Amino acid sequence: MKKVKVAVIGPGNIGTDLMYKIFRSEYLEMGLMAGIVESEGIKRAASHNVPVSTEGVNAVAARKDIKIAFDATSAPAHTKFNGPLLKGAGIISVDLTPAALGPYCVPSVNLNQLRNEPDINMVTCGGQATIPIVHAIERVAGAAYAEIVACISSKSAGPGTRANMDEFTETTSRAIEVVGGADKGKAIIVLNPAEPPLMMTNTIMVRVKDPSVGIGRITGSINEIVSELKAYVPGYHLRVPPIMDGDKVTVIVQIEGQGDFLPTYSGNLDIINAAAITAAEKIAQRIIAEGGV
Amino acid sequence: MPGVKINLVDTTMRDGSHAVKHRFTKEQVAAIAAGLDKCGVPMIELSHGDGLGGSSFTYGFSGTSEFELLSACASQIKNSKLTVLLLPGIGTIEDLKKAYDSGARAVRVATHVTEADVSSQHIAFAKEMGMMAAGFLMMCHMASPERIAGEAKKMESYGADYINLADSAGYLLPDGVKERVEAVINAVKIPVGFHAHNNLGFASANSLAAVQSGATYIDGTLRGLGAGAGNTQIEVMSGVLNRSGYETGTDFYGLMDLAQNAVDPVMNRPQVIDNGSLMLGYAGVYSSFLLHVYDAAKKYNLEPRDILVELGRRKMVGGQEDMIIDVAYGLSQNR
Repeated sequence: MKKVKVAVIGPGNIGTDLMYKIFRSEYLEMGLMAGIVESEGIKRAASHNVPVSTEGVNAVAARKDIKIAFDATSAPAHTKFNGPLLKGAGIISVDLTPAALGPYCVPSVNLNQLRNEPDINMVTCGGQATIPIVHAIERVAGAAYAEIVACISSKSAGPGTRANMDEFTETTSRAIEVVGGADKGKAIIVLNPAEPPLMMTNTIMVRVKDPSVGIGRITGSINEIVSELKAYVPGYHLRVPPIMDGDKVTVIVQIEGQGDFLPTYSGNLDIINAAAITAAEKIAQRIIAEGGV
Repeated sequence: MPGVKINLVDTTMRDGSHAVKHRFTKEQVAAIAAGLDKCGVPMIELSHGDGLGGSSFTYGFSGTSEFELLSACASQIKNSKLTVLLLPGIGTIEDLKKAYDSGARAVRVATHVTEADVSSQHIAFAKEMGMMAAGFLMMCHMASPERIAGEAKKMESYGADYINLADSAGYLLPDGVKERVEAVINAVKIPVGFHAHNNLGFASANSLAAVQSGATYIDGTLRGLGAGAGNTQIEVMSGVLNRSGYETGTDFYGLMDLAQNAVDPVMNRPQVIDNGSLMLGYAGVYSSFLLHVYDAAKKYNLEPRDILVELGRRKMVGGQEDMIIDVAYGLSQNR
């Protein structure tokens, strides 16, 4: 079976975990791991016989056989360099930074609409974990307001997240509105240093427009999307099934990561990576179907 | 040492916001702010109890927007610094800008005691705006003095003007306060402050221990109004510090009168150590969980103490009010 060659830019924890997920993919093949300095991640990729480069995005853009690039660097790097360069080279960006040059992508909600975009943005880990639930509630009962609380173990929040908490809350809030369909969105993130580290837990609270729809239909809609999510995030489950209190619906979900490279408690990193892979596979299937490989 | 100037920081309209379920009105805060300013309290904190942007399902919606409340206070204040609390992950720089436009001139950027590095952006931004910025380390009973000193140094490096240690669970006893305050004082060149909760009845004693260990900023609230069993009672501290020979520059009688005239009438419940509050201090649980725990206990027909003990066992930190429902649901399923 034909596979589409992809590059990963940024050989850190996220990039390395992506690489292991790509090894398992039916549609994607690691064409290049690109960093800007010699690093553990570069060495690890090379040890798996993956071509590597320390020339960053330039090495990716020079490769005519690469069709899709995952950007696991930073928002400024994607906005200033990687995004524009990749676009110029005709390579599709799957952007895991909060740069959001392109539209937000939450696979279980809007992937089919984004198959032809040159640059898609994977929102945030908390967004990937919660927006499908917001959407599932919204599509049956409407959503005047949706609020999420993402609790992440301190150990799985990298320096990028820590230095820029506002980027997380603001990007997630916007995507709750744009993708989740809520009139107003709010996102909260809490880091918890407990040992052993806590699994990623997210609480979703929605003020529905039509409570008369009832908890039965809302729960049905949520269960449907959870089974879709489980297809790419097997460790996704409802800790607390939907509770209805007047016009307020509360759901608590927990995500156990697949442990490809990162520990299982890092469900936050696992879900954004799994979503990115799912999106890239969809794009790859289109490329294969169009004879682009 | 006696003779030293101690800065009393009033947080009646921030921590006390929890106790009134975030329902302060413009008239109430204007009267309290005017009184505190007249009594010589150098810093007056106001925001949602969980800091800027705290108005939410999770922490409770504010009756009146905090920016409107800030504006109502700003016009009443001549000498005090109007101060806000900001927890990165809840509030944002955008919120801080709005608070500045509403008259805030100081911000305390609060993180869990081991997570100081999430405050760098917000402290740096406040300094750029010309605001005073304090680094506020919450739940400081959960970390060793050495670890706290390291986190305080990070906040100092971001530009913080002082470090405030918060015993958010009201768990510490005076010895624990002393070793933590001393460790931070030895580690940083900026002043150190302390924020107490009265869950074990030690708020004033712990505040005095902090001062005797070298702290020069002490948080308090009128009538002790605050989360859990409340905070150090500021009018008490004004008297205690005066009698111990410390200079606070505050009007002791004026603060007593203000508490009686402006705060007694707005209190929903007496600020006492009820059983739930006692369990917060005993189990080491974030004080603002209390009223949410009472609500969940009622909804699921549970004993509040059982929920609190489980929250403590799970090492939940400030801001995780959403986990109260998780715990209550779990307990109700295992019944």
